Amino acid sequence: MLNVKVLGTGCANCRRLEDLVHKVVKEAGLAAEVEKVTDYAQMMRWNLMKTPGLVVNDTLVASGRIPTEAEIARWLKT
Amino acid sequence: MAQPVTTPAAIRVASDRRAWFIAGGAMVIWIGAYQAIQPLADWLTYELFGIARDSHLGKSVAFFLYDVPKILLLLSGMIFAITTLRSFFSPERTRALLGGKREGVGNVLASGLGVVTPFCSCSAVPLFIGFVESGIPLGVTFSFLIAAPMVNEVALVMLFGLFGWHIAALYLGAGLSIAVIAGMVIGRLKMERHIEDFVWQIKSGGGAVAAHSPTWAERFAESWRSTREIVGRVWLYVVIGIAVGAGIHGYVPEAALADILGKGAWWSVPVAVVIGVPLYSNAAGVIPVVQALMAKGAALGTVLAFMMSVVALSLPEMIILRRVLKPRLIAVFVTVVALGIIAIGYLFNLLMA
Repeated sequence: MLNVKVLGTGCANCRRLEDLVHKVVKEAGLAAEVEKVTDYAQMMRWNLMKTPGLVVNDTLVASGRIPTEAEIARWLKT
Repeated sequence: MAQPVTTPAAIRVASDRRAWFIAGGAMVIWIGAYQAIQPLADWLTYELFGIARDSHLGKSVAFFLYDVPKILLLLSGMIFAITTLRSFFSPERTRALLGGKREGVGNVLASGLGVVTPFCSCSAVPLFIGFVESGIPLGVTFSFLIAAPMVNEVALVMLFGLFGWHIAALYLGAGLSIAVIAGMVIGRLKMERHIEDFVWQIKSGGGAVAAHSPTWAERFAESWRSTREIVGRVWLYVVIGIAVGAGIHGYVPEAALADILGKGAWWSVPVAVVIGVPLYSNAAGVIPVVQALMAKGAALGTVLAFMMSVVALSLPEMIILRRVLKPRLIAVFVTVVALGIIAIGYLFNLLMA
């Protein structure tokens, strides 16, 4: 099963990214576990310097921006 | 979801060309609208509403009808331009540029980068950890953290719109100076042990995400999104601020405030700072009021000090930074910046005498 983490402390962009991820997961019918990471020490495992960050199966794929739906779908499907 | 996995260069060029075309068209419309504001405001006030030109009410209404569209247009246009410029910078790149710089040079560079690097206070903590952990000196990190909110785009655009470019430039220069000097002072004070211990224990995973290099179409789309977001957040404050300012313009007699907010009143600078600190995020509403006060005899230094304390020191940011800084370091941070702002206030009052 896919593991997706949204890194962020609850600012507007972090919530928007989380909603977007849920939407993509639902539309593509993927079996994915979506987690929210709000702990700074944990975030630094991926060297994140600007929220929000998106982690798919332990790899940071985007940071400091909200990727497009198409991008997220691509990351989740590969 | 039927997007191609790899976008051919040709499609990218075409979409960039289209983005530039739209941006150019928007600019032409923007310039036309900007030119139309003054005649339209005058026409509405004096012809349509039929208010006498020399009356208090006429002055206030014309001022309001001119300034509201002007400032909102300026904000939209310039924030769009600034966010597009910022899309060329990132915290990762800034950190790389600051790595290995000595104090002094590092403080100056960090303050400058604080202005152009995209930053929001919600990212202050990861950014702080990322800087400190990669060996950037604490003082240099603080120069960045002071400059970033102080020289904020909304404040700068409103100063430009209401006071003119020279005051906006003064503000920029003063803000950068405070960031450089306060950062150096904090560096000298050797406050490293007042950073929360967990920061030193973090071992970051190294491998940052491969830099995403956006197309022009993406840059413009992102800038447009953040412009709408920022203007959407501040427009009401702008309208209220200008309404209050317009009232002051029309009704408060000239030089009425010279005694309390003028150069002669030595205590007005520290008082302005003390009042300004809790007024977080209302720079948009505060600046028009302050502009009106200045027209009635308030001194420039006092006014600048007030605005700087509004944007540079805010309670929410202190609470966020408390996660990584011990109370002692927060107190030092606030004190050093506040003293810097007060010094700038006195300096300008002295220079403009």
